[in-house]
Order: sequence, then structure tokens, then C-alpha cells
Amino acid sequence: MTATTKGPAARTAASGPILELDDLGVVFTTETGEVPAVKGVCLQVRPGETLALVGESGSGKSTIALAAMGLLAANARATGSAVIAGTQIVGAPESGLAALRGKTVSMVFQEPATALDPLTRIGKQIAEVIRNHREVSAKDAAAEAVELLRRVGIPEPGKRARAYPFQLSGGQRQRVVIAMAIANEPGLLIADEPTTALDVTVQAEILDLLRRLAAETGTGVLLVTHNMGVVADFADRVAVMYRGEIVETGPVEDVLLRPAHDYTRRLLAAVPRLSVAAVADGTGRPPATARARTGGPAAGPSTPPPGSGAPGDRTPDRPAGGSAAGSAAGPVANRVAEPVVKLRDVSVVFGRGKAAVRALGGVSFRVEPAQTLGLVGESGSGKSTAARVALGLIPPTSGTVSLFGADLARTRARARRALRAGIGVVLQDPVASLDARMTVGECVAEPLRIHRRDLSAKDRQAKVAAVLDRVRLPREVARRAPRELSGGQRQRVSLARALVLEPRLLVADEPTSALDVSVQEAVLEVITELQGDLGFACLFVSHDLAVVQHFAQRVVVMRAGRIEEQGPTGTTLLHPETDYTRRLLAAVPVPDPVVQRGRRAERLATLAAGRTEAQA
Amino acid sequence: MSAVIQPDTVPAKAAASREASGARLAVRRFLRNRLAVVGLAVVVLFFLFCFAGPLVYSTDQTHTMLQQVNLAPSGSHWLGTDAVGHDELGRLMYGGKVSLVVGLAAGVLATVIGTLWGAAAGYAGGWIDAVMMRIVDAGIAIPALFILLVVSAITTPGLAGLVLILGLVSWLVPSRLVRAETLTLKNRDYVLTLRAIGGTHARAILRHILPNSVSTVIVAATFQVADAILLVAYVSYLGMGVRPPQTDWGGMLSAGLTAAYSGYWWLILPPGLAIILVVWAFNAIGDGLRDAFDVRGRG
Repeated sequence: MTATTKGPAARTAASGPILELDDLGVVFTTETGEVPAVKGVCLQVRPGETLALVGESGSGKSTIALAAMGLLAANARATGSAVIAGTQIVGAPESGLAALRGKTVSMVFQEPATALDPLTRIGKQIAEVIRNHREVSAKDAAAEAVELLRRVGIPEPGKRARAYPFQLSGGQRQRVVIAMAIANEPGLLIADEPTTALDVTVQAEILDLLRRLAAETGTGVLLVTHNMGVVADFADRVAVMYRGEIVETGPVEDVLLRPAHDYTRRLLAAVPRLSVAAVADGTGRPPATARARTGGPAAGPSTPPPGSGAPGDRTPDRPAGGSAAGSAAGPVANRVAEPVVKLRDVSVVFGRGKAAVRALGGVSFRVEPAQTLGLVGESGSGKSTAARVALGLIPPTSGTVSLFGADLARTRARARRALRAGIGVVLQDPVASLDARMTVGECVAEPLRIHRRDLSAKDRQAKVAAVLDRVRLPREVARRAPRELSGGQRQRVSLARALVLEPRLLVADEPTSALDVSVQEAVLEVITELQGDLGFACLFVSHDLAVVQHFAQRVVVMRAGRIEEQGPTGTTLLHPETDYTRRLLAAVPVPDPVVQRGRRAERLATLAAGRTEAQA
Repeated sequence: MSAVIQPDTVPAKAAASREASGARLAVRRFLRNRLAVVGLAVVVLFFLFCFAGPLVYSTDQTHTMLQQVNLAPSGSHWLGTDAVGHDELGRLMYGGKVSLVVGLAAGVLATVIGTLWGAAAGYAGGWIDAVMMRIVDAGIAIPALFILLVVSAITTPGLAGLVLILGLVSWLVPSRLVRAETLTLKNRDYVLTLRAIGGTHARAILRHILPNSVSTVIVAATFQVADAILLVAYVSYLGMGVRPPQTDWGGMLSAGLTAAYSGYWWLILPPGLAIILVVWAFNAIGDGLRDAFDVRGRG
């Protein structure tokens, strides 16, 4: 594989790469033996160039970033060569590396909350980085720190320099981390998932900032990410990793639009793509999806092109069991069927007195039978709180919640418990969702033990086996422990548990956001198919607009505890009515460098226009 | 780190062998802690000594034999005799039974009470939690030894009574540990899911929270047993514990010390060493179990 990856990049090395990896390997020594994490990796980053290292979890991409910094864990051993600006990193003594780090090469980590010292003012932290490598007076370093904060776009940098990290938002903290990283004008910046912990609108700003800084100073950037949209937005070249090896390298347009390797093709096909309204759209034509442009495989059953019907009065894309299917997305008044869940003017306040926080305010929505309602919004928008109110886990401070037509506040505990037999739940974390002390079979059987105590052990096992078949897991997994399964398999076990009582409502709170895209696709496919068979309604909470667009018939956009807008997915997410939704959509990077470039220009133009308008 | 680099799909065979190796890893981690292994050996030997020993080395521990008091170790009495003529080695076995059984029972009782109390407080939360934990704080503020002495001054507890009292004064620390564990476990997704689909609180606590805090509980229990053995010794040493003709190591130590100035070392050293060894051994086992379960590492 060395020959293929070295390819053209190695031959044009004359320009003097800032980072050069040659046959780099990393082996971890664990209790169970030696585990190779990275094998024979060769790549280069030239000054002013951004190379994206992409791959799914466990592919070894972060390990490469750490190896290049000489920051591998104590149980890891690097072989081969990693050269930064002429200095060999592999096997170098710690003292030599310390002089290099922060000066010639610096790093931006994923989690800004833990990358900063919580007890030191941010100005001081930046000044410390400066004074570690240069003979500068404390006063000059402080002034420089303020200037850096200005460069990374922190408002009122002089004042903000005296703030502690906890006084800043996540996006601002990441800006501070970046300010520290560029303080000594390094030749190479290694960014390990720099925007993964951030909301899309903040992600777009951070990517703009990184792009501007790299262009201004001619810094080479090694960007580690799993997000193809970020790659399309930011990278010049791409290296695709699979199981510790690089399977494909090339310019971003080649790799994302004309992938050569089979794995890259599969990876790209699994990425849910946000359909965007074409300029000429609005005539009722199906919008051009990015997927069609790339020539990737045609949309699978899980991803029907949204808006394929007429926008206003569209029917669900899938055949849904039950009588209510036909008008699931249509007006409610003409249906006899009761909504499965109805929230009316719900507010939730946590704490009281001065410490009170309004988590939800005046939230109303309903989920119709056999319909999927997507609940979207950025972190802190209250979407998970709303789902938990619907589940009855959080009592509303005011307003009413009714489940299957019964007001939750007025039903007695016993009746409420019986109502809940009609709910299935899938939550985000595949590890925390299943009790590690139970077998998979016991986990799936738990709802039966609660609501169907009359069942014999044999009947229970039969039901568990049947539902495992439905989620396409082999029956043998019933005897295994959850920890033996992969993340995607665990989420399917959660789904099996949710569906074993054949519920009328499935509440899924970010069910796939901890999964890799290829696994996500498989899980969503199973949910879609079962919804067709069983006809349950679904309340689907997600921060990923592309997933919701493919998955839900109606969507509720939330912001700061309130509903910004709601409507049929095809209308609301293609022709949003509010500025917020428009900004949210514009910030989602699509995994097509050509389209994304256009979207970026458009977004920046809109922002600039908004700013001048505000000033006028 | 190793978890991160596992390939995503797990073939059935590999997974099965990994499960087996999960338990084996825990055993290996325990065995790697040399002191814990020695501790385990010490405890096993002491149990054998106290319960199987009298079968081999039988002595009369009920009748006083005033013609042979305070004899030095010899061929017929390996560890000599005490002030009323009981064979000292036999007495060490006889008293050890009481020390070990009372210590073990009291340690387990304390752990059970503490676990239930802590789980209930942590799960309920709010003012119930506040009240329950203030009771624990108040209990910790009063020295256990003080309560023990007051109680044994008022009544003369039998063995069962002693276990009960010891258990009732030493459940406070485990209750705090389990409460802390419960606070994190009750917000796990599987507990939330259970509540959302209508599971009862009892089921959440008994089926999910307690089984998942079992490693914390077991580690706490071993330390509790060590503490309880020490407490029994204290109380008996002060003459308030087990009544003659029964005895335990603390009581033997106390009896031996009255003859300290006569140079009868065989009355003092054996019970003293036995107490130290067993208490140390239980602590070492607790340490090893903590490694094996990786209690802190798992958070």
C-alpha cells in the first residue's frame, strides 16, 4: 500500500513539507496483547496546505495526530519516521519535543472545555504559551495575548482576556484554544476534531477562522475529522484511513466526488446529505440532492428524497401501517385518530428563585399516529427536555402533556404506568443504554417483565427471539453481554427492547449520533423498515438536520427552549420561514467541495448583509 | 485506548473468548497485587487454624486447671497456658472463631444496611436524600467506640447482640460510598429508559443500581470486616465484649496484659499478632479487589 499512498505527493516533495510521515506505525501494548493501531502510514503536509485525515472511529486517525506530536500514551510504541520541519519525532527525547511543541507545531483538541485550565484567566494562559518559547516581558506578552484574542474574533478582547474559561461559551473557548495554538506562529497546526463538540453554526465560524488564519500565515494544517462536510469545507487534500492504513489520498475534489477506493465510496454513500433548495426551486420540482451529483449509489430505501411529493400536502414516503397513515403530515382536524403525544403550551423551569432556569417556554406540538416528528435544534435548545417531558420523565411546570389521549398530570400512577406500555425508548449512548450486568436477552425482555408478567419464561424467550430477528440481529446475541457488541449492534438491541411490546410510540433521542455514518445508516434503515411494518409513531430528536430531513415527515425547530418554527419537513427544511432556521441550514457543511464552496460564499454574504442592515 | 482501536464488527467467536477473558483479566489483576494474594492466603490459613485446628490439636477450654497456670511454652503446651490453666494455642483457635465470625457478620451487616440506605437516599434525591445523609453525618460525628462502650455498659450483649450493635454503628461509611455511586447510576440511560416505559423504582434500584454498584460494595465490605474485627477486639480488650468462659482475641490480649510485668509473653504476642495479621490481610484483599474491579478507573 505504500506505493499507492506515496504516489504523486511523494514525488513533489521538493517544496519542503512541514510534516512528513514515512512508514509510520503505532502499536499499543494492552492487557490482552499487542494491538497495532496504525500501519505503514505515509503522508505529507506542505506549508499553507490543509490535509484532512478522515476515517471512522478506531481507524487510527487520532493516533497519527498524537504520534506526530510525540504525545502517544505510555503503552504505545511508534515505528518508522515522523518529521516536522526537519526534526525527527519518533524516538526523540522529551526535552527536544517540548521546544518544538507550541512553537513549530501546535494542536487544537476536540473538547475546548478540558483544553483550558479552569483556574487561570485566558489572557494569562495565552501569555504563558508565548513566554514559554520567546524572551518577552510579561507586559508585552499580555498585550500580544489581547491582540491574538482580537485576531481569533473574540469581542472586547482587552476585557475578555481577564475572563476565566467557564465565563466563555464553547465556541469562544475553542477560539481561545486556537489563539494559544497560533501564538508562536507555528508552521504546522494539528487539529483533532476541532469542531465536533460544537453546534453547526459555531462550527462554521470556527472553520472560517481556521481557514483565514491558515491562509494569512501560510500554516500547514493536519485536520483530523470524521465529518465529510467539514472536509469538503476546509481541506485541500484528503487521506482516507481504514483500520490503521491509508486507503486513498488525493485532492479533496477527487476523493469526495470521484472516490477511487471501494471503502471511500461506501463511506461517502452512507453520509446523510442535506438536500438544499436549488435556486430555481420552488416550482414543486424535487430539489437537487448532493447525492445525485456525486454519482454515488442511488438513494436507498432509508433515504427517500424529501420533497418528492408536492410540498404542502405530501404523504409519508413510506407505507405506514394503520389507518392514519394517509394524512400523517396533513392537517390534523380532519382526522378522528387521537394524536399519540400532545404537548400544549408546556413550560419547564428548573430550580427556583434566582437560580431558576427556563428550559422550555410555551412549547406545543403533537405526534400523529404512524408519523415521524423530528425535533431539531442546537445544544441547549431544549429538544431533549421536550422529549423527556413527552415521556413523562420531567413534569411540566405549566401546560399539559397528553399521552395516547390521556392527560399525564391527571392519571393515577398505576394508569400512567399502564399507558407507558405503549412507549418504546432509544437513547443516545450505546454504552449507557444497556445494563452491563444483564445479558442482551434480559435487557430486551425487561419491558415484558414489567408489563406482561403473565408471560411464561418460554413465551418471553420466543418474543425476544422474534424481536431480535426484526432488528436483524442473530438470536444467539440474547445470551451475550452487551459489552461484546459493537455500538451499532447495541443500538439495535435498544431498539429491540423498545419494540418488544409493539408500542404505539417510539421516542428516539439522538439514537445514532454516537455511531459512525455507515452504522448510522444501517440503524436508521432498520427503524424505517419496522415503522412500515408495525406502524408506530416516532418522536425523533436529533441535532443532525440531514438525518431528520431524510427520516421525519414533520419537523419542529427549537431554539433556547422555544419553538422557532414547525411544519412538514419538505417545506420547513427547504424553504424555512425564520432567519434562525435559515442560518442553521446554511451552516451545515455538505460533503461536496464544489457545492460547499458556493454555500459558504452565500452564507458569508447573508451574514455580511445582516450585519450592515443591523448597523443601518 | 485498546477499546478505541477494536474493529467495529465483532465476530461471534472472538467476542465469546473476550468475555471469558474479562473475568480472567480481573483475576489476573488481583493476582498481580502480591500483598492481596498474601492477604488471601493469611485469611484462609486463619480460618483453617480456627475451625479445623481443634480437630487436630484438641484442648479443654471450659475447665480451669489451677495446677498448671501460666506455664511457659513446652512440648505438651506449645504456646504455654494462661492464668486459669487453658492451653494458649487452643485458646487462640477458640477465640479466633469468635473474632472472625463476629467480625465477618458485623462487617457484612454494616455493608448491607449501608448499601440499602445509601441507594435509597441517592435514588430518591431532594429533601429525602438531604435528611438521610444528615443522619449519616450525625452518626459519623459520634465515635463508634463511645456508643459501643455505653451500650455494653448498660446491657451484656450475647454474640448476636454484639454483631447487631457493631453493624449498627459502622454502616455509615459504606452508605456514603453507595449513595455517590447511585447518583451517577440513576441517570444512566438504561435507568431513564426503564422509568420512561413504566418500570417501578424498586426495580430500578434492585435490578439495575445495586448490581452495578456491586464492585464498590464488595470492596467496601472487605474493609468493613477488617474494621469490625478490630472493633470487637477493642471492646473485648476493654472488658466489655464477649463474656468468659467464651473469649476472643481482644479478650485474650486484655487478660494477658495483666501479667505483662511477669514476663508471660506467650499470653500477649500470639493474640496481638493474630489481630494485626487478620486485619492487615482483609485490608490487603480489599486493595486487591479494588484493582481487580478497577473501581476508580471505571468512575
